Parts: sequence; C-alpha cells; structure tokens
Amino acid sequence: MEQHSRDFLRRADEALAEPERAANRAALGLFMPLLRDQAVEAFDSQAFQGLRDQVEAIRRHSLDNLGHYLEQFIGQARENGNQVHLARDGDELNAIVLDICTQVEAQRVAKGKSMVTEETGLNAALEAADIKVRETDLGEYIIQEAGETPSHIVGPALHKPEAEIRELFLERHDLGERDLDSAAAMVAEARQVLREEFLAADVGVIGSNALIAENGYSMLVTNEGNGDLCANLPKTLIICTSIDRVLPRPEDAMAMLRLLVRSTTGQAVTCYTSFYSGPRREGDIDGPVETHFVLLDNRRTELLASDYREMLQCIRCGACLNHCPVYMSAGGHAYGWVYPGPMGSVLTPLLTSLDEAEALPHACTACGRCEEVCPANIPLPDLLRDLRAEAFAEGISARRWRFGIRLHSWLARHPTLYRQITRIAVRVMHRLGRDRGFIRYLPLAGGWLQARELPSPEGDSFLASYRKEHKS
Amino acid sequence: MSGYGDKSPFSETPSPETQGHDASSPDRQLPTRLVGKRVALFVTCLADLMRPSVARASLQLLEDAGCDVHVPQDQTCCGQPAYNSGDYPGAMGIAQQTIETFEPFDFVVAPSGSCAGMLKCHYPKLLAGEWRERAQALGERVFELTQFLQDVCVYTPTPSVKPAALTYHDSCAGLRELGVREQPRALLRNAGIEPRELDQRDVCCGFGGTFCAKMPAISAKMADDKLLEFSKTDNDLLVAGDLGCLLALAGRARRLGSDVEFRHVAEVLAGTADVPGIAHAESGQD
Ligand code: SF4
Repeated sequence: MEQHSRDFLRRADEALAEPERAANRAALGLFMPLLRDQAVEAFDSQAFQGLRDQVEAIRRHSLDNLGHYLEQFIGQARENGNQVHLARDGDELNAIVLDICTQVEAQRVAKGKSMVTEETGLNAALEAADIKVRETDLGEYIIQEAGETPSHIVGPALHKPEAEIRELFLERHDLGERDLDSAAAMVAEARQVLREEFLAADVGVIGSNALIAENGYSMLVTNEGNGDLCANLPKTLIICTSIDRVLPRPEDAMAMLRLLVRSTTGQAVTCYTSFYSGPRREGDIDGPVETHFVLLDNRRTELLASDYREMLQCIRCGACLNHCPVYMSAGGHAYGWVYPGPMGSVLTPLLTSLDEAEALPHACTACGRCEEVCPANIPLPDLLRDLRAEAFAEGISARRWRFGIRLHSWLARHPTLYRQITRIAVRVMHRLGRDRGFIRYLPLAGGWLQARELPSPEGDSFLASYRKEHKS
Repeated sequence: MSGYGDKSPFSETPSPETQGHDASSPDRQLPTRLVGKRVALFVTCLADLMRPSVARASLQLLEDAGCDVHVPQDQTCCGQPAYNSGDYPGAMGIAQQTIETFEPFDFVVAPSGSCAGMLKCHYPKLLAGEWRERAQALGERVFELTQFLQDVCVYTPTPSVKPAALTYHDSCAGLRELGVREQPRALLRNAGIEPRELDQRDVCCGFGGTFCAKMPAISAKMADDKLLEFSKTDNDLLVAGDLGCLLALAGRARRLGSDVEFRHVAEVLAGTADVPGIAHAESGQD
C-alpha cells in the first residue's frame, strides 16, 4: 500500500475539517470503549486481567519459539493437504498469490478481510494482471467501491457516516429506484450484490486470526460469515497471513479468542468462528479442492530480534485505536498507511521506515489508555517513546526540536544558571501578559500559540521567593 | 478577577482573618511513619515558574499536616520534556541529578501526577545498573500531593474559603501511573466540597507535554472535547492535580473567548483566594 505517513499533520487537519466524519468518530470514541468495558465487566474484570496475562504468556512463548512452532504448523498443514508458501516481503506474497491464480486460470477473486494483503497491496497487484478482485467484508466492500483505504484495522469503513454509504450504494448499484433508508436495508443490498460475487469467484483469499501449530488449522473470526463463503465456494482457497500469528495449541487459540472478541466489539463471541483444515476430502460435499497458505515475514523476524519485539504480541483487536483520543481526533487515514492508531504508530515505522513515519510516534500524549486496554499487555507508550528516542539519536527528528530539547536539558542540569535564566524569563513573560493574564505572541512558542493562549506566569519564581523569605 | 471568580460564589466571604487556611491544630497526631521524617517538596518546574501559588499552597498543606518540609534549592525539572521527546541521554542526566537532590529525604512530594510518575515509574526504566537501584529506592518514597496528604498523612485540610462548586479533571499520569483517583476527591469532600464529574473522566485533555506544541490542531480538538464536557457540568471552576493540563486547557479556553476558571487542587485545599485563576488578569486589570 502506498504510504503517506509524512503528511500526518496535514491529513489530520483535513480530517478535523470534515464535520460529519469528525462527529462520526466522536460517537465511535464514546461507543466502542463502552462496549468493551461492559464485556469485560460481564466477564469479570479480574478474571479478564488473568486471561490477559495468560494470553500474553502464550504469545511470548510462541514468539520465543517461533521457528519451532512455525515448522510444526507447516508440517501439519502440509499433512492436511495444504500447500504452504513463505513470503519474505509483500512483493513476494503478491507474486505467489498471482502465480496460484494464473495456474488455476482465475479471473475473479473473492476476498475476506485481511490486513496483511492491505500491507502488501495485493489487490493492485492482481488487478494489474487483469484479475478482478472483490472485497466481501462489508466494510472492505464499501471502501473498495468508494476507492478509499481502511481507517481502522477491524472496521475498515468506520470513518464513513451512514449517509455517505447510502449515497455510494445508490450510485454504484444499478438497482433502480429505492429508499435505502436504513442500515439494515443497505446491508441487505450489499448481501444481495455480493452473493453473485461468491458464486462467480474462482479463488477465495482470506486472512487468519491464528495458525494452530498442533493441528495445522487456521482460525478466523467474522461477524458476516463472508470468510466462510470465500473459503468454501471457490475451488481454490488462499489463506494469507503473517508468520507471527502462530500459536501452539487449539486451547491457546480459544483463550486468545475470548480476549480478542471482547476487546474488539464487546461481544462475548463473534457470529462466526471457523477453523480451516485443508482441501475437501473424499466424501466431503463441499469445500475448496486446492488450498494454500502464504505466510508473510516482511521484517517480522527483524522485529523479533529487536527491542520492539513485544509489538509482535499484538492480536489485532483494535482496542488501542478505539481508546486513543489522538486516533479519534485525527482519524485513521491521517496515519497514512495500513495500520493506524497506537499499534500503527509503532508498527508503521518498524515495517516501513522510521524516516518515512517519523511523525507517528509523536502522535501520542502518553496518556496510557491504550496500554490499559491492550489485551496483549503491550507497553505501547513506551515503545512509541523508544521510537522517538531512536529518531532523536539518529538525527531524524527536526533539528530545531532537538536543539531546543538539548538546550533545556543542559540548562536543567545547571541549577544555578537555570534559576537565573528562568527567573528572568518568567518576569518578562509576566509583564507581557499582565493585562490579560495570558500571552498572545511570544517567540519560540509558536506551536503552543497556534491553538491556545499562553497563561502568563504569576511573577517571581517560587524558589527565588522562598529563598528570599528563608534568608530574612 | 480574583478569588474564585465572580461567577462562583464563596460559601463564606473571605475576610482578612479567615482568608487562606485554618492551620492544623498543634496537637494533631502525626502518623507514626511520618514522625521524625523529612519531607522534600518537589516543586516541579511549572509550579515554580508559572504558578508559585501552587507551590505555596502545597508547602502550606504539608506543613499544616504536621510534616517537616524541606525545599531543596537545587531542584529544576524532572526531565519529562527530554524523556518524552526521545532525548534519553539528556533525560538521564537530569534524572541522576534529581535523584541526588532528593535522595537524602524520607519522602518526596510533588503537586503533579506526571512529575511524581516520572520519578517513580520512568526513572527506573530510563536508568541502568546502580542508578536504576537508586531510582527504585527513591521511587518508593515519591508521592503525588493529594495521595500523600490522604494516604500517608491522613490529613483533612479545612480551607476557610471554599468555592461553591467545582469539577475535577484527572491527569492521565496521576490516574494510570500512580492510581490517583479517589484521593483528591476524598480530600475535597472532607473539606466540604463535592466535586462534579466529567463524563469521560479517563480521557486525556490533549496536553501531553511537547505534544500540544507539536500537534496543536489535534491537541486543541482534544481540549475542546474536554471543555465541552466541562460546560455540561454546569459550573465555572475546573480543578486538577497537574498544572500541565490546567495551563493547556486554560490557554485553549481563553483562545475560544471563554472566561471559566482553572485552579490546581492544592490551591483549593489550601484556601488560596487572593490569586486570580490561571490565565486570569490580576484584579483591576480585567
Ligand atoms: S496493540 Fe493491543 S490493543 Fe492494539 S490492536 Fe494490538 S492487541 Fe489490540
């Protein structure tokens, strides 16, 4: 997928200037945390914390032994009749999928939701080879029709208010005069249109929530059941996912499932939880005749060996997005790549480059709300700060900032000088703001003053007056 | 504008005699863990430079609680600007200096959740080896002001000047790093002030230190959301335990032409009434 992370601030400004979408995001920002909180409470908060710790331990263990479990998974999956391919990067994954499609002479591909194929830009690669790709997850379908990109890892079209979707459907679906005045009517219409696509597709492409090493199965959770139709109706099934999805045993996937769904939508369980074992066996009445796994690395092994390896514990639940006030203000598109919000601000620099995505780790007030809800116990604010430190040390962050920060640090380490200089500064500022109680213009305070006044200091510094009082 | 502003009537009119606080009775029983202990006030750079009233109020509250309070003169800033901007070497230098300054004391108290959190939770992450051990040892003795007054001093301030109503805003670091939630509310309640609550009280106000200068538009949107919620609580005084949030929110409110009042919780608990609210002009100059 094309990257625009450098434009974070401009894109955020654009998002802030769209009143309907901003209102839509504000509503989500209230609603999503509420759903999760209720689900956690219903489960029992303490037990939920216990489950978090348990799943974190599982994820850590799986990642510590990734080579072992990956090998076990591949062996089992092959035994089940699947073909397994490893892709070092996005281009390789796209080439493998294209190759399979060419071999089965596919003209149409039906896709379930998959962030990994967003990461690799699979749709564009297939379309360049004249293969028609149809997204079948409702959210993905909407943004595909609108020519947009996902704004959320779980609800790719959450940025679109109902009215926009209605307009889109009326324009894109040639179904004559109709009202389409409710969400239910729109869903029914999308279902009707998509039904044809499932039946016409030669290949189904879906993602995976977990690869189970012990039996070689892939687990997928959806609410629409579109994943199952992609997997079972076309003759060929391709499951695209990344190597870090591996878990040792089915019960580990179950534990993760309990955590994932509650963290994501506040449901106790999604409408569909499916396990894919392999191609149709003799006597089966349906199912694909040929099945493939394409497992993407794309710098994940590098990540595993780095100080940021905790990020690989992510189970892609989206809770950190739903609880991030910066994400809710700026919108998912501001982040300029596949993964937005706190998890995206960590992942994007790591999977692309820090140079390209330097703005993202700064899109954080360190409020800690994401860390508080992350089911995988990932210390997101710490990882974001570490990325800032890397950018600082490597001279990627703006020179002006680095200079200012270094000067402040140096001054703070020279208390006598610090006291003298800051005392003069606050006295000057006090005079400047005396009339109103705040300052409107001040050199070097441009960032602050862009959106707010600067409250003026009371006058003398406390330490100076304390010293005076305690000398006399 | 002075005192609690024209719009928030006092429950009691301040007179020269009652203005300020009622000092604790001299025979107040100091909890044993405080007897003979030296308490250092970590003023924090924002209180020191921007709003000394907060430092004065904190000092007064601690003294009224019976503590033996010291104000080390070599303190500067806790290093959050450097740390959060990713200047780890700079932040380490400041952290070591701060540890050396405050190590000799039995307790360190700061009128800020984020600065106390920096010392307590982040210094040990930032430093290594022997310095990490020193940071951890110090961290165990670091408290945010309301936490210290309520949990350690078990002291109930009795301000003689009280605002009729106020809304309390939690700072994120205090809330999540230190678990400061009930303490300021309990102190206010015991002082006879029932704090009003914001709907989304665990959501950040958009200050975030350097964040607000780096991403002003997003920061302003977050502040606007907070100010909107505040307006729904139907009163004119927003109180918090962190000057960062207060300065940023007050600055935004003024930019929007709003005249509501912002104060640190220490000022309210100490009955500070002779100083205008944050970003309000001194009386006669309004
Ligand atoms: S980082 Fe945590 S909260 Fe965010 S998507 Fe991943 S698992 Fe969910």
